[in-house]
Parts: sequence; structure tokens; C-alpha cells
Amino acid sequence: MSEGRLRKLIMGDAQADRVVPPSGFTAQLTLFVSGAMAFLAVFALALSLASGRLATRWADELARAATLRINAPAEQRNAQTQAALTILQQTPGVASARALSDEEQAALLAPWFGSSLPIDSLPVPQLIEVIEDDPGYDGTGLRLRLQAEVPGAVLDDHTRWRAPLVDAARALRRLGAVSILLIAGATAAMITLAANAALAANAQVIEVLRLVGALDSYIAHAFIRRFTLRALGGAAAGMALGMLGVWLMPAASNEGGFLTGLGFQGWAWALPLVIPPLGALVAFAATTRAAKKRLGDLT
Amino acid sequence: MPIRNHGPLKLPGHWGKTAERKQGTVVIELENVGYNYGGGELLSDVSVKLAPGSFHFLTGPSGAGKTTLLKLCYGALTPTSGRARAFNMDVQGLDRDQMAHLRRRVGVVHQDCRFLDHLPVIENIALPLIVAGKDLSQEEANLRELLNWVGLSERADALPPELSGGERQRAALARSVILSPDVIIADEPTGNVDWEMSQRLLQLLVELNRMGKTILLATHDMSLIRAAKKQVQARVLRISAKQLHQAGADL
Repeated sequence: MSEGRLRKLIMGDAQADRVVPPSGFTAQLTLFVSGAMAFLAVFALALSLASGRLATRWADELARAATLRINAPAEQRNAQTQAALTILQQTPGVASARALSDEEQAALLAPWFGSSLPIDSLPVPQLIEVIEDDPGYDGTGLRLRLQAEVPGAVLDDHTRWRAPLVDAARALRRLGAVSILLIAGATAAMITLAANAALAANAQVIEVLRLVGALDSYIAHAFIRRFTLRALGGAAAGMALGMLGVWLMPAASNEGGFLTGLGFQGWAWALPLVIPPLGALVAFAATTRAAKKRLGDLT
Repeated sequence: MPIRNHGPLKLPGHWGKTAERKQGTVVIELENVGYNYGGGELLSDVSVKLAPGSFHFLTGPSGAGKTTLLKLCYGALTPTSGRARAFNMDVQGLDRDQMAHLRRRVGVVHQDCRFLDHLPVIENIALPLIVAGKDLSQEEANLRELLNWVGLSERADALPPELSGGERQRAALARSVILSPDVIIADEPTGNVDWEMSQRLLQLLVELNRMGKTILLATHDMSLIRAAKKQVQARVLRISAKQLHQAGADL
């Protein structure tokens, strides 16, 4: 689009704007659709960003961590723990290893058993947190050595349950992105319908305009500008409401998990501001196409 | 509706300006034009030339094809055979933009004058200026002058549905001349008005012709033609049996 046309679209022409009669039904439809779609787009964006954060966090935090579980009778537990720690300190590729305190283990169990759990009286295995170095340790070799020297030790490098969770989070992020694309497509379809309805309802106006020498580009521009501005206004309102809804959600917390972390963080709060111009762009493209086709069909 | 005396007709010079008149040239020409509609032939082998500044009446019974012929002249219809030319351009070969520019050189007045009903009369009359991108604030004085010429000064802010038949015709005529076109094509402009109003509209058209405009007026009102022939040299064309004939002097 030339600079002149863009300026005309933004600045408008008060005289030209009056030529097309305001049509209530299509105006309301465009406003509602763009508003509702922008509202949904804000949530889809929030979902996509939160899923992305979750996938990254899980991938980063869990990739280099493992847990060693000591399942041993109470009288042997300390000895086996010390033996395991010694082995881990001697193993190349292990950055650090430490046994979790009783308080830390109680905290891990608290969500299921409550905070007043008498952990001493339960046959709870001792957990050792293992942080991997770069390059990492030889998992198979470590398992064989532990099997020989600390019979009650079980090494869990989280691979079994981490990978599907990260995959799920990434899939959720992709789903959010696809939702945004679908929302844009649905907006385009609805605005095309509204523009077609407006063009059909104004067939006589178009006839009069052509009779007095209006160029098709002039007629199309009058409709395009109107629909683009309506979509921009509707999308801005929908975005504002969507952002308010996200802002009103509970703040991210460990207890709430993923759901409470659904909002935007930091600079990401600026991202929804892109939605209204994008909505206007979609409306512009949809109305341009509809007007071109309709005016081409009208003889 | 009573018609007030608007005094002697005088078209403001600004609106009367027309393209340079070239003797011997033709503004609109139909050459062996035929037009089929609904499987039947409506016009056959029609030829006519409109010279600059000429005045033509087009007559014929209802349904004979007067409106069709007018539409062929300003490019609203494309002939199924033959050739239509306007200002030395083949009308069939014009794209939509060129057609729009042609419409700015040909003012058209329909019997059922169509307006934009949501705009007041003054803006409807100014519509050709608006779509041509002219600045209306600089044209306001001229617009008021034109409104006065057609006797609609006091109806400037009325909406088209509030106008009487005669007022609508005058508004349509004012709209058709606002861009100072070379040709004015009017389709039964007096069809819905009383005798007094039809005389007034005729006077406006005669005045335009005297300013150099080419006029093509479809009508079946013989008294209107007789009244016009007393004032201007008018040629009368009659459509019958799908063809166009020059009518005799007994009209």
C-alpha cells in the first residue's frame, strides 16, 4: 500500500466518510466479533506464553537434576546414605550431591499428608539430590556401582516423567499459537461476511456513486476504512477486557501451579497491544478482498 | 407543489463552462449498435452521432428501448453488436477507472432520480465534487449559486425523501451539471412532474444547451418537444421497431 493510501486510511476524509451510510447491523457485528476475538486472543496468548515458560522451566530445572532414593531399614539408612554420597562425590560428571533434611522431605510430602507429618515414624526413604555437571555422569556405570555398594539405592534421573511433561507443555504452547491463528481466520471470515452484507445492503449507494463518477477504489476505500476502524476499536476494547481478566487472575504461586501462572510476566504485558493493530490488519485485508470481489461482480 | 418565480434563468458561468467545442467532432456516437436483452433483440443496427452543443430528443413508446439507448451512450450498458464511442474512445474498451472518468464528463438525470438518502440535498448535489476529491469548503459559494439556479436554496438541508418529484428532478439536474460535463443525458426527467414544473426543467436544459452542453433527453411528451423547438434547434429521434429514426418536422 502506498504511503498516500495509508495516510488516507488513517487520517480519513470527513467528506468521503459520510458517503457510505452507517449501517447498524454490520457495524455491531464487526465491533462484537473483533472485540470477542481479541478477548480470546489475549487468553490464547497468555496460555501460549505460560506453557512456553513452563516447558522452559521444566526443561532447564530438571534436565541437570536427579534423585537418589535410599530404601533401607532405619538402622542402615545413615550408613547407606553416607556410602552413596561418597560414591557420588567420586563420580566424574556429578557437580554436587546432598541428602535432603527431614524438614525438606516433610515439605515434599506436606501437599499429600499435611504439615504435621511425623516423618520419623514413617518408613520414608532418604532422598539425595544430585546435580549433574557438564559433561554429565555415566548413568549406567553409576547405577551398577550403586547396585554393588549400596543395595538400597535407586537412581531416578527424571527422564521417564520429565520428557512427556515438557512435550505436553510445548504442545500446549503450539495449541495457543494455533488458537491465535484460528482466531485471526475466524475474525477475517466474520468481517468478510459483515463487509459483504454491508456492500450488498448498499448496492444502491454504489450505483449512485458510480453514476456520479466515483472510482471503484474510492468506493472500496470508504467501506474498508469504516470496517478497519470498527475492527480496531472492537479489538482494542476486547484486548483491554482480556488483559483485565488476566490481571485479575491469582498471582503465580507454587501451590497454584500452572493455572495461577497463566498471566503475563514483565515485558510480555506489552504483547497484547499488538492484537488491535493485527485485528485491524485482518479486517483491512478481509474488507479489501470482499469489496474488490463485490465491486467486480456489480455491473 | 406551487412553483415560485425564480426570475430569469441564468446559469452561473462556472457551471456553464464546457470543453472546447470542435466543429465537426462528435461527443457520443453509436455505430450499428444492437442490444439483446432476455434472449430477445431490443435494439438493432442503431446509429447516431451527437455533435457538441447539439440538442436531441429521444422519443418512442414505452418499452421501445429509450432508457437502454441512453445507457449505451454513457457506458452503463455494453452493446451486443456494433460500437459505442464517447469522446473518441471505445466505450467497450474502457476499464472501470476510465469509465468513472467518462461519467464525470456525462451528467445523467434518471426518471427515478436516485440519491444518497442519508445525506442532505446540498451534499447530494455536491457528490460528484466529493468523489472527485474536491475541497467542498472552497466550492460552497458556487454550490449555493447552483442551488439558487435550480430553485432549491431553501431545501439545501432537506433529505432527499423529503423532496417532491419536481424538486428531486431539479436536484438531480443540479448534480448532473456540477462537474460541468460536456453532455447531459436525461431520461424522462419530466415524467413525474406537472406541466409547469416540466416547463421549468426544460428551461434549465435549454439554458445548459445555450451554454454549450450537448443534451440528449428521452421523453414521450410531445408538448415538451414542441416547446423546446421554439427555443433551440433540436433534433428528434424516435425509436420504433428496434431501430432509430429521425422524426419528421410535423412534431
